[in-house]
Amino acid sequence: MSGECKTDSRLEKLLRSGKFAVTGECGPPRGADPEVIRKKCALLKDKADAFNITDNQTSVVRMSSISSAVIMMQQGLEPVMQMVCRDRNRIAIQSDILGGAALGIKNMLCLSGDHQKFGDHPQAKNVFDLDSIQLIQTVRRMRDEGKFLGGEEIKGVPRLFIGAAENPFADPFEIRVPRLAKKVAAGVEFIQTQCIFNLKKFGEWMKGVVDRGLHEKVFILGGVTPFKSFGMARYMAKNVPGMDVPDELLQRMKDTPKEQQADEGIKIAVETIQQLKEMPGISGVHIMAIEWEEKVGEIAEKAGLLPRPTV
Amino acid sequence: MVVGERKPFEEIMKMLEGHKKVMVLGCGGCVTVCLTGGQDAVRVLSSQIRMARDKDGNPIEIIEKTVERQCDPEYVDQVQEIVPDVDAVLSMACGAGVQFMAERYTKTPLYPALNTTFVGGSVKEGYYVERCQTCGECKLAYTGGICPIARCSKSLLNGPCGGSTKGKCEIDPNVDCGWQLILDRLRDLDQMDRYEQILEIADWRTSRDGGPRKMIREDFQR
Repeated sequence: MSGECKTDSRLEKLLRSGKFAVTGECGPPRGADPEVIRKKCALLKDKADAFNITDNQTSVVRMSSISSAVIMMQQGLEPVMQMVCRDRNRIAIQSDILGGAALGIKNMLCLSGDHQKFGDHPQAKNVFDLDSIQLIQTVRRMRDEGKFLGGEEIKGVPRLFIGAAENPFADPFEIRVPRLAKKVAAGVEFIQTQCIFNLKKFGEWMKGVVDRGLHEKVFILGGVTPFKSFGMARYMAKNVPGMDVPDELLQRMKDTPKEQQADEGIKIAVETIQQLKEMPGISGVHIMAIEWEEKVGEIAEKAGLLPRPTV
Repeated sequence: MVVGERKPFEEIMKMLEGHKKVMVLGCGGCVTVCLTGGQDAVRVLSSQIRMARDKDGNPIEIIEKTVERQCDPEYVDQVQEIVPDVDAVLSMACGAGVQFMAERYTKTPLYPALNTTFVGGSVKEGYYVERCQTCGECKLAYTGGICPIARCSKSLLNGPCGGSTKGKCEIDPNVDCGWQLILDRLRDLDQMDRYEQILEIADWRTSRDGGPRKMIREDFQR
């Protein structure tokens, strides 16, 4: 992988210098109070290298990803601006990319977006003018060729480190490596995977990735989510599409006394990270502690990932 | 064909409030095939309306009529003797038929009795499914004859998304994942290599995004 950075992203610098990267996640509030983000930032600061700001995740209306990212930067943390194709056409997408870059955002994650059916506005019209792969192509073109999709030249190109997600656990499994290859061909530079609970299946996917040499073309960060309780584990196993929670993990959470389940969830997350650290082709981890930001530091600490290196 | 579904009866009754004499006009085209807007449907709906209005002590006179197609001026003209004689027309055609009627008969209120739902076909009698979103730039050659725009809930040209589970879509376990269908078919055709070709960003000008569309056969214009 090239050691030469294309942006001023700290995350990019770390990854290109061969360091094991850690990213976290911060969900914006359902309101206009910036304090909510500042509080989360205080919990997350120095616990990871960069932090995703979700873009109306699960199609529930929240403060915008761009504005939340700006508040985060004011607190001295590096955001990864998530952007979904569900809510914007190519005009709004390119405009928000310019705006985000102008405000100092250095990383972007290109996503299709959950269907609006899951959210609080299922009546909404969706857009999907582009899909996630085409969104990757769009940012690459804007940054590297200095051109809009319409062909006109951009004055002041947006210098963003370009990421995407991939879910090795969704079906059909046989195209999940080829799908990553498509994202790589589109120009993605880092990947954060769906939450990994089934390490065996993830290992099979990674083997396919390494066999094709894709890990030499894109930095792969394994997704890790701690269970807060057996209830949450069961919910994720049964109700979240594309999530693979093996029975033995469910049983392990179930067999743990209720008051110790949160600790057990963290223990599982730490064990997962330790295994990921040993896995060929893995460049880092993405810790998604959903509405449990205070635990990111504890997980990173226990997994031996702190303090974070400076670049 | 264009598939339509009858509107709720209460909504239809509300549209007819204040009218004493109406024509319920069926269409012999697509909506006859999907059993919602043809001659039989006209008879059933007219009876229902009469009964409901009689029950309210507010009777209504209904003329029942069905033409070959309401999306064709030639057939729409066939009711020119009747229209001036009624307060309103309740059309059981698709949205195109209702509008051809409204454009032809400018002095008479035109009401739709159906919701036009989609372009599709019948997998068996009384069971209709969507197959086309009329994007105006057919991509079926690249996707094994299965349309990603109509069959994927997110119209992803480079799917499937991360929500595809056991062949089903994340929005509903009763909805097939369009991309699973595409991949199954590509495998059957021994064309799996096509999957890795990135489908280009679409030009939606051919779809309704380019404004109302026309198709003109110049050789027929005189």
